[in-house]
Amino acid sequence: MNRKGFLLTLTVLAGLATSAVAQQPVKIGMVTTLSGPGGYLGQDIRDGFQLAIDLEGGKLGGVPVQLLVEDDALKPGQGKQIAEKFMKSERVRLFTGIVFSNVAGAVVPDILDEGGIYVSPNAGPSNFAGKECHRNYFVVSWQNDNLHESAGQAATDLGYKRAFILAPNYQAGKDALTGFKRLFKGEVIGEVYTRLDQTDFAAEMAQIRAAQPDVVFQFHPGGLGITFLKQYQQAGLLGTIPMVVAAPSMDSVTMEAVGDASVGISVTSHWNADFDNEANKKFVEAFQKKYNRLPTYYGSQGYDTALAIAAALKAVNGDLSDTEKFRQAMLKADFQSTRGAFKFGPNQHPVQDWYLLRVERGSDGKLALRTQRKVLSDHADAYAGQCKL
Amino acid sequence: MTTNRRPLMALGLTFAVLLVLPFVATALDSTATISLVTRMMIYAIAASSLNLILGYGGMVSFGHAAYYGLGGYTVGILYAHFVSGDPLFGIIPGTNQFLITLPAALLVSGLFALALGALSLRTSGVQFIMITLAFAQMVFFLFVSLEMYGGDDGLIIRRPNELLGLRLRDELTFYFLTLGFLAAYVGLCGRIVNSRFGMVIGGIRQNERRMAAIGVSTYRYKLVAFVIAGMGAGLAGALMANHARFVSPDMLHWTKSGELMIMVILGGMGTLLGPILGAISLIGLESVLSGWTENWQFYLGPILVLIVLFARGGLYSLIPGLRGNGRD
Amino acid sequence: MTLVLEQILNGVQLGVMLFLLAAGLTLIFGIMGVINLAHGSLYMVGAYAAAVTASATGSAILAMLAGLAAAAVTGMAIEYVVLRRLYARNHLDQVLATFGLILFFNQGVTMLFGRQPLFVDIPAALSGAVEIVPGVPYPVYRLLIIGVGIAVAVGLYLLITRTRIGMLVRAGATNREMVRALGVDIRLLYTVVFGLGALLAGLAGLMAGPITSVQVGMGEQILILTFVVVVIGGIGSIRGAVVGALLVGIVDTMLRAFLPTLLRGMMAGAEADALGAGLSSMGVYLLMALVLLLRPKGLVPAHG
Repeated sequence: MNRKGFLLTLTVLAGLATSAVAQQPVKIGMVTTLSGPGGYLGQDIRDGFQLAIDLEGGKLGGVPVQLLVEDDALKPGQGKQIAEKFMKSERVRLFTGIVFSNVAGAVVPDILDEGGIYVSPNAGPSNFAGKECHRNYFVVSWQNDNLHESAGQAATDLGYKRAFILAPNYQAGKDALTGFKRLFKGEVIGEVYTRLDQTDFAAEMAQIRAAQPDVVFQFHPGGLGITFLKQYQQAGLLGTIPMVVAAPSMDSVTMEAVGDASVGISVTSHWNADFDNEANKKFVEAFQKKYNRLPTYYGSQGYDTALAIAAALKAVNGDLSDTEKFRQAMLKADFQSTRGAFKFGPNQHPVQDWYLLRVERGSDGKLALRTQRKVLSDHADAYAGQCKL
Repeated sequence: MTTNRRPLMALGLTFAVLLVLPFVATALDSTATISLVTRMMIYAIAASSLNLILGYGGMVSFGHAAYYGLGGYTVGILYAHFVSGDPLFGIIPGTNQFLITLPAALLVSGLFALALGALSLRTSGVQFIMITLAFAQMVFFLFVSLEMYGGDDGLIIRRPNELLGLRLRDELTFYFLTLGFLAAYVGLCGRIVNSRFGMVIGGIRQNERRMAAIGVSTYRYKLVAFVIAGMGAGLAGALMANHARFVSPDMLHWTKSGELMIMVILGGMGTLLGPILGAISLIGLESVLSGWTENWQFYLGPILVLIVLFARGGLYSLIPGLRGNGRD
Repeated sequence: MTLVLEQILNGVQLGVMLFLLAAGLTLIFGIMGVINLAHGSLYMVGAYAAAVTASATGSAILAMLAGLAAAAVTGMAIEYVVLRRLYARNHLDQVLATFGLILFFNQGVTMLFGRQPLFVDIPAALSGAVEIVPGVPYPVYRLLIIGVGIAVAVGLYLLITRTRIGMLVRAGATNREMVRALGVDIRLLYTVVFGLGALLAGLAGLMAGPITSVQVGMGEQILILTFVVVVIGGIGSIRGAVVGALLVGIVDTMLRAFLPTLLRGMMAGAEADALGAGLSSMGVYLLMALVLLLRPKGLVPAHG
């Protein structure tokens, strides 16, 4: 059979499959972290994603979808089992949801090996961005290093010369310190790895005070960050030594929980609730209306991931049997992101702008993250060059 | 113990069910069941090994996850060196041959059990519980800090080991392999328990001083049992590494030791069938409840409490005709 | 030098928190022979009750009372409903039952208060820092925790050496069967001791709230360390709990603070940090293993 004939047959078959499939909702498997201290991260991703489905009345891109959610409890092994169960019993081909890089590291290869598609709403570990990038692997959020590169750039822009940096001793923590150092032009005078289960940072506070840096950069997501900031304030360091952090260490939940201890902290992020674009206004309003709370950036990522998938599902009319066709549709990124400009780079990770935010107390007495200015434009990641797709 | 054949029949029945189960599951197009039951059987091996010292020998080890994790990490580390090509410690080449990784896992976990047992068995009672916990925690933190092997994030084993041309990635193949190992290990436990050695171990549990008084070197007997149990856990770890294609410090965490202990108590200590029942029901309950409600722990907790309160001797004692055959 | 002093204070403060938890655990263990894994849940209940009350009323006093009451009531309820039936059983049944309770409490708290960590403000009067020596400010709140710890230790000492309950507690820790045989209303004593232990766990929890975040699972993080303290100190011994808690608190803090720096002198930065973090976590367990091998009954055995 010649090439043309082959393609024609494929199209016809695909057409047949589509008409058969169109009756059935497309199943989307969401493996995410819903329990433990990191539970609210997955909760916001799920709620953001679900919101996009609800706004379309149970559909994404005009295609009926069914969202299956299970909790990985931040255990890579458990995540693998859930993915396997989804693939085997539910015949799920399209996956999303993973919050933490270590879970993604274990689960994503399984999904890809079985020919499934994974669209990341959060974790973007470095190993999948470079040489080991994959045609069926997309990241809508960011490559891990990006978060901290923007913080490094911001610290340089703000004129700080000597930095003290801290992160927990695991992959994303190490990525964070690497990312920060990549774009920070000053000197790093102290580098400390904390423990993932640490609840008392008094020892680290004493070290920071003894080192007297210009700026402190730290990466502690979820409950860890809240603890860290509260103790930073109690140690009398807040207001004496400025702090620059990336989005995961200061989302709106952290800010509410920390209270006054967060005022004046510089944060870099790719999204903020006050972004002035149509898509974002619609999202923030609908999210608050439905869930009665302010979305964190995890919520926006869940929502954006759903929109990205919706655009692709619309283009292929809900037919996932031809992954290459779906992939081409995904790559166009034909949707209005809540963060404004958005496109995929050659390694199917985002190319986007990064902003400096600051925690301020508004005239209504409430704390809010206010966008200050752009730090990086059309920023891609350092690994894209190594990816050959 | 030998006069009543019912426990043996129950055990045989369990294995018969495990033997036909994959065919039923395939017929019902429920392939996920096969992998779930594989996992149950791997835990059943680990729980059986713990039962050998805890149930029969009365040694409450709270560090059994250490041997389980070491078995898994042996497979993982050898695989990592096989992929990267540089030998371990500069001399030992990596490998992906199960016929080498499995004995290696047994050797590592056995030697480790020998070293820890030699120290821990100098204590008894609560001190023994805590010292085994202490050693296991040290191993846990050691692997967390080994950046070379993934630290906290663990090691991914992209492809399972090779075994005489069998495809271990194939669910059914791996299922029957695991079933074979479970049968062999439970068979071994049965032989041990009914042997002179097993009688001595049981005697030590009931009254160590009396055993010592009649001239038995209790320390040596206990140590041998400890090593056999450690190797059983190492076997389970090596199987799990191939099944999950992933090892992480999670396998070594104290909660894993607790989980194994709970399987043994839940199923029924000091019986051959108990740990198997415990592993199947704990993982089964988890899987069923978590599919049914997000708040599954809220229901699992009280279920465990009720079992303790109303089923002395674990699930084993609830089976008609077996009550009273347990050790309790 | 001032850095060392500050780190020692940090270690003492961690030790105090551990002491409050260990005191209850060691009494319950020594007197009733119960291994209560759910002790960490009482810590969590105290912290949550205080945090929720504080955000609802804004009163630190009310929050404190709520935290103490909630922990004590929960503790006595656990004793009455579950543990009372398990005194005669072996340790393993208690482990399984109290493990079930942990699952129940963790998920129950999640269902009631959600997954987001809660936050408690330090009362304004205590939020500052004072200079203990010139140039080293130390948070007032942490000094207060140390103070409370000392007060509780003294109070417990008086309670145990000077009162009738204390006498029974001492007797119970030495020989449980004998106290029962002498016709003491052991049931009441058990409930009281359990309530007291729960109260102290709740106190630790509510004091920890403003320092760390109040979240599900906070109890288990500290539980194992508490067991280490109990064993190092000697089971059933309050004085042992004091010694063990301070030792564990200081050793853990000092290793964490200074070991990575020491290792950095010998190897590359990132490796030194990772190894240092691992080794310092191992430190307390190594300490426990050594104590158990050299002095199996702990540093300060109960019937000293």
